[in-house]
Amino acid sequence: MSATLTSDGKSSSGYVGQAMRRKEDPRMVRGRGRYIDDIVVPGTLWAAIVRSPEAHAKIVSIDASAATARDDVVAVFTGEDLAGDFAGPMAMAWSPPGVEIKTPEYWPLARGQVKHVGDLVAVVVGTDRYSVVDAAEDVAVEYDPLPAVVDPEKALEEGSPLVWEQFGTNKTHDYAVSGGDIDAALAEADVVVEQRLVNHRTAGAPIETRGVLADPHGDNVTLYSATQIPHIARFILSLITGIAEDKLRIVAPDVGGGFGAKLQVYPEEALVLALARRLGQPVKWIETRSENMASAHHGRDQINYVTLGAKRDGTLTGCKVRVVADLGAYQLLLTPFIPELGFPVMGGCYKIPAIHVAFEGVFTNKMCTDAIRGAGRPEATYWIELMMDKLARELDMDPLELRRKNFIGPDEFPFTTALGIAYDSGNYAGTLDKLLDRFDLDAFRREQAELREKGIYRGVGFSTWVEVCGLAPSRIVGPQGVGLQAAFWESAMVRVHPSGSALVFTGTSPHGQGLDTSFAQIAADRLGIEPGQIEVIHGDTDQGPWGWDTYGSRSLSVGGEAVARAAERVQEKAKRICAALLEAAPEDIELADGKFRVRGSPDKAKTMAEIAGAAHIPPQELPTDIELGLEATAAYDPENFVFPFGAHACVVDVDPETGKIKVVRYVAVDDCGPAVNPLLIDGQVHGGITHAIGQALYERVAYDDSGQLVTGTFVDYALPTAAELPSFETDRTETPSPVNSLGVKGIGEAGTIAATPAVTSAVLDALAPLGVEWIDMPLAPRRVWEAIEQAKGGASA
Amino acid sequence: MSTPVSVRLNVNGVEHQVEIEPRLLLVHALRDTLGLTGTHIGCDTSNCGACTVHLDGKAVKSCTVLAVQADGAEVTTIEGLAGEDELHPVQEAFWNDHGLQCGYCTPGMIMASAALLAENPNPTEEEVRHGLEGNLCRCTGYHNIVKAVLDAAKTKGGSVEAPAEVAS
Repeated sequence: MSATLTSDGKSSSGYVGQAMRRKEDPRMVRGRGRYIDDIVVPGTLWAAIVRSPEAHAKIVSIDASAATARDDVVAVFTGEDLAGDFAGPMAMAWSPPGVEIKTPEYWPLARGQVKHVGDLVAVVVGTDRYSVVDAAEDVAVEYDPLPAVVDPEKALEEGSPLVWEQFGTNKTHDYAVSGGDIDAALAEADVVVEQRLVNHRTAGAPIETRGVLADPHGDNVTLYSATQIPHIARFILSLITGIAEDKLRIVAPDVGGGFGAKLQVYPEEALVLALARRLGQPVKWIETRSENMASAHHGRDQINYVTLGAKRDGTLTGCKVRVVADLGAYQLLLTPFIPELGFPVMGGCYKIPAIHVAFEGVFTNKMCTDAIRGAGRPEATYWIELMMDKLARELDMDPLELRRKNFIGPDEFPFTTALGIAYDSGNYAGTLDKLLDRFDLDAFRREQAELREKGIYRGVGFSTWVEVCGLAPSRIVGPQGVGLQAAFWESAMVRVHPSGSALVFTGTSPHGQGLDTSFAQIAADRLGIEPGQIEVIHGDTDQGPWGWDTYGSRSLSVGGEAVARAAERVQEKAKRICAALLEAAPEDIELADGKFRVRGSPDKAKTMAEIAGAAHIPPQELPTDIELGLEATAAYDPENFVFPFGAHACVVDVDPETGKIKVVRYVAVDDCGPAVNPLLIDGQVHGGITHAIGQALYERVAYDDSGQLVTGTFVDYALPTAAELPSFETDRTETPSPVNSLGVKGIGEAGTIAATPAVTSAVLDALAPLGVEWIDMPLAPRRVWEAIEQAKGGASA
Repeated sequence: MSTPVSVRLNVNGVEHQVEIEPRLLLVHALRDTLGLTGTHIGCDTSNCGACTVHLDGKAVKSCTVLAVQADGAEVTTIEGLAGEDELHPVQEAFWNDHGLQCGYCTPGMIMASAALLAENPNPTEEEVRHGLEGNLCRCTGYHNIVKAVLDAAKTKGGSVEAPAEVAS
């Protein structure tokens, strides 16, 4: 097919909007991906890390003599050995104006004390992949155990063991956001519902673990890392190691999934970099799954105390929340900020005049938490949606009717919430209507009643969700705004070769999102060439302009917009060159049917290949005031976030004898603005929903009371498999965002943000006849069975 | 390091005589000794299936097989599933149906799917879901993987010619 475009260069019809197969796939389905452990550099040494088996202890002594004596071991280093190799400790990037966040020094290898199981104690470097692991077991470490604290609420109690003595408390910080008069709002409510909700600790669990390969050459080092954030990592690793930014190149090769777990600058990256510099040889570390479960950051781990008030007719008056966030033992990149990242959508898609949210961060002897898919917004969505259900029960009102009554209307955008956040666009009733077109609720209720007669407990749960993404408007979230020591604009560079094919450099760093395809579609429409003629380059700090990487569902709405803008700049120049070649005025040149042509004279036309040839090897008629070459760079800093939304329905069957839950149907209607590639949107939604079903039903990072990790492998940490899931039913509406020219919003985290409350709500609906009113996630059979038994006992008492 | 042993591996139709440690896992022999990096590793406990290959026609997790156990056997990896310029119907279907995102579980998932279809050429959705229970994917929610396997079953027949990079 050929691209057809409107004269303003926007894609009214073209490659954008097409469900194109991915450009990435032909090599990947053949096993020709190039992931971190596939990269081989001659002379590479292997690193194995000695990790703490203790949750909290003093290191009394480390005896590495047996390990060092092995033939194939080059060296063993402790934290003290490498004290001079680091210019600074690990970094935490949130410094909200006027708020102190307790941040202990965190060095790549422990110095004197360990704070969680999996903490890095020593490193063995040797010539063989297997033998460094043997040698690591030969390193004898003597620990003097200290009392550990695991439960965040106990950690806040007077007399609790302290994770960090010097602070005199386990509380890391207090932070609050507030809008409207919350006390008055709850006082004037006719009905107030309250609930304690636990949003438990989970793991990102990408199927590829972390891995690092540092390759020194002269004064320079190339660091290959399975990371989502090569650009940010270069900036921060430069500060930690003292290697100047211009001497440090970071490459993210094919990355086997991130889910936030690779949105981090980790101690292992700094460590391997320091080892390679010190030894003058390439050093590689590939993480085992057991290490990953203990030492890649975790997510969630909040306790939410929620109070929601409404008038008798269901009109919401106010919402008050206390968030206790278990941050673990250290502060990494965004550790203390992640709970707060949910605040822009606290209150969901409802008009709530007063909202007050108080956050407390807590140290515990566990791995630190940070961003995992959704990062703060799944937690916020979980409590508002389940509280709407609870309020509906209290009011004896239909839960969807209650939602509709409080929806922000489609004509009320931009809508400024009580917390001062401006939602960009939306039609919440629209996605719910479309959902109910596909999901016949009356028919379901009839079926549900019939099944209950037969002893089958079927339930439905709904989630009408909104999220905030497209990170981020730099001045809102930056140092003088929310206080992140960063900015979140994005760059793109588009280069057309003399033959007319093109490179698109993006500062985003995909790891499964399919940006090679979607960005090629965006550029193709604007360049008048085919996506197959465009290579999208990313993940290399030495190629292309500075960028801010991939997380927070930002790649399309920020990075894609930058690509569109850079491509439009190239198009403008191509029109000027074309005009000169055709002796026409630049404003008379239009791009249509894959050609640059004179408006009204479609036979007078040039292809991009002809124009690009002239741009590189100028013919005499090309005016000398046209700069040669054909490339352009754009930097785009969004004015606002974007706010995708949707309506989901989950149907489950619960076996009351065993507590086992089966998801039998899942219907999702989402709105992320106009689709660039519907195939990719569906894929993101499927994966996102599954991630949330995993949290709701199966997954939990669990530590015992002494701080031992009891979910250290995929045997104990249950990811959902194909056998537990149904096929999903997905549909969309398209409400453009006014924030960017593409009208797009993010979709990478949407399913994960939306789905946990739908699943839990469905289980509670199924068990309502048995008197079960609440169960905290994960809704594992034992918990469900116990809740049923407890409800039965309560009923008979 | 213990004394190396000599092992004969037939991988993707090519004979290799390799000197290896007796404890070397088949997956490391394939990846590190023979340079066939299409087979991946995702866990320590044989749960994820990223390392799935065919050993004498049966799908096995190559992290749970010692290379010495494969002595004299025929091993097929993702690189050998179809000819140089061809795609196996399962590979083609994964591409058509967006059955992969990050691509890391994909080689194992495709090898497991191909073995499943060899055993059961016309599976139901339920049979595909249970057949792939031993392979984990964190990206796709399995929806498009299951669809791809069912679609591959419909195409039947042998390998198909690899189409252009991006179809319109």
